Amino acid sequence: MATSTIAPTPISVILNKKDLGISAFSTRSGFSIPKCRGTISKKICSVMTPQQSERKPSTTGSVKTGMTMTEKILARASEKTQLIPGENVWVNIDVLMTHDVCGPGSIGIFKKEFGENAKVWDREKIVIIPDHYIFTSDERANRNVDILRDFCMEQNIKYFYDIKDLSNFKANPDYKGVCHIALAQEGHCRPGEVLLGTDSHTCTAGAFGQFATGIGNTDAGFVLGTGKLLLKVPQTLRFVMDGKMPDYLLAKDLILQIIGEISVSGATYKSMEFVGSTVESLTMEERMTLCNMVVEAGGKNGVVPADSTTYKYLEDKTSVAYEPVYSDEQARFLSEYRFDVSKLEPLVAKPHSPDNRALARECKDVKIDRVYIGSCTGGKTEDFMAAAKVFLASGKKVKVPTFLVPATQKVWMDLYGLQVPGSGGKTCSQIFEEAGCDTPASPSCGACLGGPKDTYARMNEPMVCVSTTNRNFPGRMGHREGQIYLASPYTAAASALTGYVTDPREFLQ
Amino acid sequence: MAASLSCSPNPTLTRVTVSPRSSLSPTVPHFLKFLATTPFHPFRPLTARSQSSSFSFAAPRASAAADDKSSSTSTSFHGICYVVGDNIDTDQIIPAEYLTLVPSKPDEYEKLGSYALIGLPDSYTTRFVEPNETKTKYSIVIGGYNFGCGSSREHAPVALGAAGVAAVVAESYARIFFRNSVATGEVYPLESEGRICEECKTGDTLTIELAESRLINHTTGKEYRLKPIGDAGPVIEAGGIFDYARKTGMIPSISA
Repeated sequence: MATSTIAPTPISVILNKKDLGISAFSTRSGFSIPKCRGTISKKICSVMTPQQSERKPSTTGSVKTGMTMTEKILARASEKTQLIPGENVWVNIDVLMTHDVCGPGSIGIFKKEFGENAKVWDREKIVIIPDHYIFTSDERANRNVDILRDFCMEQNIKYFYDIKDLSNFKANPDYKGVCHIALAQEGHCRPGEVLLGTDSHTCTAGAFGQFATGIGNTDAGFVLGTGKLLLKVPQTLRFVMDGKMPDYLLAKDLILQIIGEISVSGATYKSMEFVGSTVESLTMEERMTLCNMVVEAGGKNGVVPADSTTYKYLEDKTSVAYEPVYSDEQARFLSEYRFDVSKLEPLVAKPHSPDNRALARECKDVKIDRVYIGSCTGGKTEDFMAAAKVFLASGKKVKVPTFLVPATQKVWMDLYGLQVPGSGGKTCSQIFEEAGCDTPASPSCGACLGGPKDTYARMNEPMVCVSTTNRNFPGRMGHREGQIYLASPYTAAASALTGYVTDPREFLQ
Repeated sequence: MAASLSCSPNPTLTRVTVSPRSSLSPTVPHFLKFLATTPFHPFRPLTARSQSSSFSFAAPRASAAADDKSSSTSTSFHGICYVVGDNIDTDQIIPAEYLTLVPSKPDEYEKLGSYALIGLPDSYTTRFVEPNETKTKYSIVIGGYNFGCGSSREHAPVALGAAGVAAVVAESYARIFFRNSVATGEVYPLESEGRICEECKTGDTLTIELAESRLINHTTGKEYRLKPIGDAGPVIEAGGIFDYARKTGMIPSISA
């Protein structure tokens, strides 16, 4: 188990092929591609793959028709040997995650439907992570964490990452921070499994080769009681990314490229599978960034095939046995998109949509008021290391307030403990201090989604912000008239140094 | 289990909840509630050549309006509409600062309604819910494509439903919003054939005939086709995911 490192093999059945290697970065054609929007033809592929003489066994047994990774995971979880997109099946859930914003409502529905004295289906498969509105004096927000705590005590929930002392997060050894990053760091993300969470960015865990998607309170209430949920098997879009990744790009640029290509609804109800030599070269945290934003394209889930990088990450994090699956050679994909990553340039998503793609250098005249580095998308250890690399290379000070919100307690400790390569032994926190950034804040979702009025770094004025977060819809970070430019940590740090949206190559080359 | 009956404060809008589960909020007075065993069933065109954009099915407490208190099969929504554009995300429907409100608590449910669509930019000069009001006068929301994109917060369809919205008619929906709408039964998520958000104006008087998949704009005199509900049908038919699961033996019945 968990020893296979085979890469996915080429596929033979694709309904649409799109080679985006050139258009991908060209300014002109990059912006002229018509958006798919909601009007694109979405034909359900129900044609059987021609029978091949040679059948490859898969982990779900010998197959009659090729299946994608996502189909295979759902087949195994629904105890079937074969599934096709469009089928609705009862799926056994391996892990259910909820947090302080949706947990209390999910618990309310669970009690109403199953009774006040009902027991959850499995106390070891529920993970409850307060992370959204923690460091606030908002009484209702504080009460919601209390509701989670009472429920976890009552149900003897095994994994509850509690916080009681809000004045000093370090006094709470159990407290983690942003749920999606904590799930990975605590070993709850495992290849081949099904993870549901009451948060749209639950799809982040697809980086581990598992099926992970966001659900609402009512569905979560159902899962709490039964451990099952009726799910529709999605069609799969495949994204093949090849070529050496330039050292001024990060996974954030890749996913902004893809969303810009297919639009914010281009993957609605679809699975997005990421393969290719570039994806294989990415670290786990970078793969998480890639999968994190599939929901911004409307995707149901994103997946990266598990490989030696995955197994290495999991080595000291879980003792639970897991079994990865991979797309068959004859798997059917709705579309395939190809990118030559070596030709891409640093990108941003302009206000007010994640698919409003532009080259960072095209926005060099956009004056900004602040920079925000944090969230499940851009608040991981490597995201801060990347920002530190830019500050270090420039040796200059930031020109606008620069807010740093580590995703989890572990990330926070890394900022103060890990040395930045090439810095002569400095930590991220030292480099940030020398550059004039704000002191790294207590780990949580922070101002990524605005939150209560007293949330750290919330945009309470109509300002312009370059942010490593995931959404830039009106009002997302607080003020309805605020403008958010989504960018990689490199681009965010470079922009902080100039006070304008800035291509990081100005400092990294 | 007794069906609770109450009349709508808005005489043009009544709803039938086809579910044994009571409404999320017993304090909201404007629904007509029937038992699941009621023969009434509003969703005729369920079989559907389902649109691929209608998906993960799922759904408790789906509700729709009957044009009378009878078990008539002609189901309709009637009221004035509020028109929004494309990509109305969940932060515009209910900004994150209000997510501390827990939808399963009746008083907080009511409050969520008062904040519905408060996140729309200032370019929307007409307010959806007037200051100091908890309900909207617009019972139908008309949107463009990808309505409800963004967060998985169930607070979004709940806020609309709590404000008094019966149906949303959009060109397309984001996945989780659609599923949550059906799951909660708060609003009926309908898809239009074309971009009616460009042909209807806030304040127009509309009627939606569900069985006929038809929307009539009485102000302009125009009629539009709606898409059938798709493969959420069997779950809606059962009365929602909990009832569907009970009916199929997936979970035991509430009580013998």
